[in-house]
Amino acid sequence: MKMLKQEMTQEEYYRGVRMVPYDLVKELFLALAGLGIFVFVLAAAFSSPDVPTVTIQQWAQNDPVDFVSTAAGELAGTTTSAGYGAPYNNAGGEQTWGPFAPQIWFGQRIPIDSANDFVIQPLKYASAGNPGLTTAISTWTSADGDQQTKWVTAYTDALAKATYADGKVSVADGDYGPLPVMMSALLTQGQSGGLDGLLTGAGHFYQVDYTKALLFMGDGNYLFDLADQQNLSGDQWGMMNETGSYPGQTWLWLYTAWYQVWPFTSDTGVLGLNGGNADLGVVVLMTLLTAALALIPLIPILRDIPRWVPIHRLIWRDYYAPKKSAAPARA
Amino acid sequence: MSKVMSRPPASAPPPAAMDADAGSWTLRVRKTWDRVLPMDHLLPHRQPYYVGSWVYVFGVVTIAALVWVVVSGVVLSFMGPQWWHDTGVGHFFNSLHFWSVQMFFIFMVLHLWGQYFMAGWRDGRALTWMIGVVIFGISILTAFTGYLSQLNFDSQYIGISAKDAMDGAGIGAFFNVLNFGQMYGLHVMLLPITVTFIVVVHIVMVRSRGVVKPIGPEGGAAK
Amino acid sequence: MDTPAQYFDWGFIHISYPNLLVIGLMLVLFAIALVAPFPHKSDRDV
Repeated sequence: MKMLKQEMTQEEYYRGVRMVPYDLVKELFLALAGLGIFVFVLAAAFSSPDVPTVTIQQWAQNDPVDFVSTAAGELAGTTTSAGYGAPYNNAGGEQTWGPFAPQIWFGQRIPIDSANDFVIQPLKYASAGNPGLTTAISTWTSADGDQQTKWVTAYTDALAKATYADGKVSVADGDYGPLPVMMSALLTQGQSGGLDGLLTGAGHFYQVDYTKALLFMGDGNYLFDLADQQNLSGDQWGMMNETGSYPGQTWLWLYTAWYQVWPFTSDTGVLGLNGGNADLGVVVLMTLLTAALALIPLIPILRDIPRWVPIHRLIWRDYYAPKKSAAPARA
Repeated sequence: MSKVMSRPPASAPPPAAMDADAGSWTLRVRKTWDRVLPMDHLLPHRQPYYVGSWVYVFGVVTIAALVWVVVSGVVLSFMGPQWWHDTGVGHFFNSLHFWSVQMFFIFMVLHLWGQYFMAGWRDGRALTWMIGVVIFGISILTAFTGYLSQLNFDSQYIGISAKDAMDGAGIGAFFNVLNFGQMYGLHVMLLPITVTFIVVVHIVMVRSRGVVKPIGPEGGAAK
Repeated sequence: MDTPAQYFDWGFIHISYPNLLVIGLMLVLFAIALVAPFPHKSDRDV
């Protein structure tokens, strides 16, 4: 079977086939004009989506308890980014499928130290001229791991019942060490807008890399709650969706569909695939399916369906129509 | 009567010079080109009579959509990624870009459906089909980097979510969706050039082989 | 157009009406392309 190269010239291939005038160039220009006008009308009528960015400042102002809880979680090492693993750190949270572990293999090439990058370093900037904060920071950094864990566990538990008033997050009395001072300072820094700049541009002038700021925001709930309202979340077929009432990425329907079904919604799953390694599992699955799409000419049954389904008989109905007793086809 | 018939390439050198030209790469390239895609195959003014269905226009409409994607994209990149947030004209060009991308994917998929049900890979056209799927994949990647370049809430959330797929597969170490600079550079230069190049290859393959014949009684080509 | 879209739910399917409209229109467009008559140049051959 000739798969890749046609062994005959077009002249031989079309020998005996009646040729009729067909203006490809005119067709192209009609398509350009027609589609251009249609796109122009759509743009004029419907515009395009543009929900503005969410800043750390807005997060700190609109959900201060979530902000402080997230910051405490960074220090505790319990946030998503802190436990992520490669490419950010060696916390060991990588997705694997049996021995298949590309996330580990490619290593930590985007080093992020959540506690230091998102909390300690920004606080050090804020501590200039603030001896109370300077002391609190050094109390924290010089304490041993067990002491830090005690303080932050107690503080996180207390945050579950925190209240917010007058720019301050308040919790019940307890032994939290330097944390209340540090968290209060970070909240003030966040609400002033200073953290947005520090997490992207600290130490250099130009900024095009938003890894730190976005990882920090992604550790909290505020961004995800907003995404939920727009149906962008992973369990809402979010990959297909657009903000507002606009069509989204309908071509991703199959990719996002897998996240809605077993085994990727289950904790146990099957064959080692489950919700815990869903990202890796879906990438592997979709790579295989895309390869299968490309290789359809080689796959039995899939390549035979067009012959069995009579759609082609509609497309080529002139060809399949009973021949009128007209003049024979002229080459 | 159609004038389509074989003839010697116009470029054959006179016999006396053939020994001296025997090693010429330039001549060999030109002869290969003349054999693979002579001008009357690139721009034929006639088609087989069975090319008579609206399904056949989905491909050219996809190309038209791509042209408008690139034109609107060029304007957006010339004015910089912040422009469309700041002015009404800028937002309009972003809208042109947004809707032409929607049209590009809509007609590309319609073209895929059409080619599937016509089994367009027959008679030596399997590679054309495969290249088409590659275009589909790279277009999705191009659109993805575009969504990340919008500088709005959508970009933020897509970045935060998609990083898990990239990181889980390992390529997140090299392809950092949270790095706007990297995503923007890929979107405005590297990926559009790649898409355009592969589309040109796809069109050359279609034109050099011609339109596939209808499915015959045994599934192969028939007169 | 900036308010979140309405969604259609059926079993595990959860799709926005704009997306549903796009897919629906694609199916309709394909069906029309299959049946609509295509303007043929006259059958005279040169």
